[in-house]
Amino acid sequence: MKIIGLIITVTTGALLFYAAGDFPAWSDPASPASTYLSPHFIEKTMEETSVPNIVTAVLADYRGFDTMFETAVIFSAGVVCFFLLRISRREDEEPETRYYRHVLTGVTIQLKEGHEIPPSADFERIDSMWTPPDLIIKTGCRLLIPFVQLFALYVIAHGHHSPGGGFQGGVILGASVILFAISHDLRTAVRRMSEKLIGILCAAGVLIYAGTGALCLLLKLNFLDYSALAGVLHVDPITARSHGILIVEIGVGIAVLATMIWIYNNISSAGRYRQGL
Amino acid sequence: MTDLISMVVAKYNYWIYITLMMIGLYAIIAKNNLVKKIVGMNIFQTAIILFYVSISVKKGATIPILEHGHGPDAHHVVHAVDYINPLPHVLMLTAIVVGVATLGVALALAIRVYNNYNTLEEDKILAQIREK
Repeated sequence: MKIIGLIITVTTGALLFYAAGDFPAWSDPASPASTYLSPHFIEKTMEETSVPNIVTAVLADYRGFDTMFETAVIFSAGVVCFFLLRISRREDEEPETRYYRHVLTGVTIQLKEGHEIPPSADFERIDSMWTPPDLIIKTGCRLLIPFVQLFALYVIAHGHHSPGGGFQGGVILGASVILFAISHDLRTAVRRMSEKLIGILCAAGVLIYAGTGALCLLLKLNFLDYSALAGVLHVDPITARSHGILIVEIGVGIAVLATMIWIYNNISSAGRYRQGL
Repeated sequence: MTDLISMVVAKYNYWIYITLMMIGLYAIIAKNNLVKKIVGMNIFQTAIILFYVSISVKKGATIPILEHGHGPDAHHVVHAVDYINPLPHVLMLTAIVVGVATLGVALALAIRVYNNYNTLEEDKILAQIREK
């Protein structure tokens, strides 16, 4: 198998090396990729959409359909991870002996089958393999996470004028919540952001995107033609395109945020939602 | 000889991407461990991303964000040669995030396989399937 793999790899590589001889040279301004469509995008974006960041304008306006289905792909990836891994059988979720830890004193109590403790905020549910989170890491992450999230919001909101947008900001937001889950444990993170909320956010992001497109359709223009929103937003059609791009970027950000957390939660705990990493 | 060297230097982005792609392809085909195959798939994706980003570069051009888009200096003529090609950036922007999502699905499948067969080695899994 290794020999066959090596032969296939070397043959493919040799063919590509041979083909690379006909490719345009590195950083050639007259290369075919840069001559047909991209000059139109570069020269007309400002007057057609009023967005200085051409990447954002092409992503959410000129190629809006493409990005909508990319968001749908991400949504389905989150759903697939959920369906493949999540274990929701009762007996698996509720083991016979459960452990609770008193937050203030650090005392751990063990409960046999059938016993309950009165619901209170002083006790947190832990696993038998629970280890206390490191104080330095916990405090460091607690200081860091708000700034990470603030930066993520800036990246989403300022995506029209600087590198950024929904995908990048959503990934940073998701990373901040994953950082919280790593520095504490998965139970604490899920208590802050429940599975139900993640699922709803994931679908809501795609719904915001598709709903904006459908709204344009209802206002008697093409699907995802944001200039239809001019009457609703009380601006001229060009600025309406800019605002429409911001709305769908927020939708993308929410969907990406929720999917990243969903995938992490399911994979790190193999679908059991216990301790995690 | 100097022709060959100048050709290699003029197109070194393609050499790097083809080499990376060969590493990824070899890992996908020849590695026995499923997680190593997934890593190979990711290296392959990285090679394609590098290829796309490198074809968008133009000599002497800057990132595709228009200068003085709004404000008093607005409405000046924009020349396409001053900005690099935005289209590959758009395609790769989504490809990176979709790559992370497919990596998640692949790892989820690997976890399911491990739960069923207690191993991630492909030959052992195939042997177990044949026994049944």
